[in-house]
Amino acid sequence: MRLFATYLIGLIFGVGISISGMANPAKVLNFFDVFGTWDPSLIFVMGGAVVVTFIGYRLVLGRSAPLMDTTFHLPTRRDLDLRLIGGSAVFGVGWGIAGFCPGGALPALGTGRMEVIVFTIALVAGIFLAKFLQNRGAAKAASA
Amino acid sequence: METTFTPFASLSGGVLIGIASVLLMLMLGRVFGATGVLAGFFSPSSGQDFSWRAALLAGMVSGPLALLLLTGEMPTVQVPVSYPMLMIGGLIVGVGVTYGGGCTSGHGVCGMARLSPRSFVATISFMIATFITVFVVRHLLGA
Repeated sequence: MRLFATYLIGLIFGVGISISGMANPAKVLNFFDVFGTWDPSLIFVMGGAVVVTFIGYRLVLGRSAPLMDTTFHLPTRRDLDLRLIGGSAVFGVGWGIAGFCPGGALPALGTGRMEVIVFTIALVAGIFLAKFLQNRGAAKAASA
Repeated sequence: METTFTPFASLSGGVLIGIASVLLMLMLGRVFGATGVLAGFFSPSSGQDFSWRAALLAGMVSGPLALLLLTGEMPTVQVPVSYPMLMIGGLIVGVGVTYGGGCTSGHGVCGMARLSPRSFVATISFMIATFITVFVVRHLLGA
């Protein structure tokens, strides 16, 4: 039951991404290409998603616990560090090169297109590479 | 490559993304971040942690097929990017989202909706970097 509900939530997200244009690199890149073939559609994706989530979270987070877990798992950090800003900027560079972000690419995998598969493999490799570098950095800091 | 302005489809898609984010919080108490879900899928903290991530990912990947069944059409995927650039871009995205702690869904939607200062800063940071990158690639390098 819990897993089926989770599957359906993923499905709603996947359909949303598919309709929105976020799974289409041409559309994503055009959103940022204000001085070229500009297509402002994607501002409506973020606008719609943020407004619905903002309202929904107000209702949901008033509860003492979620329906299928004992506690909410919310990020608690509020500090701004170089890792956050720099990492996000690096993400932006990759997004601007490839036109896929993780939330757009994962549902797009369902189209079976080779471009999406190649991007996703590289994405996972990048995640592993960064975790390896982070662990090595932490080990160095611990031994110093 | 020109694309058509689709405000209604994009807004509808955005609303569905929002509904999914709210439902995931209501059911499992989790933020819907594609980066976090994917990274945790490969290094889960427990069997139960793995299973909800696998179910969520399976649902996400089923999106295009569900759309095909509902409308008779697969979503449009136009890739004006070469394979080497997709690989380089993918690798860079993976490194960036891991250090930045999230992407468009986690920071841009869920984090902004929670009014998290970290997510606001992260979103501004990657939006500016993407804008500059697209400008450089398309107008300075002329790709």
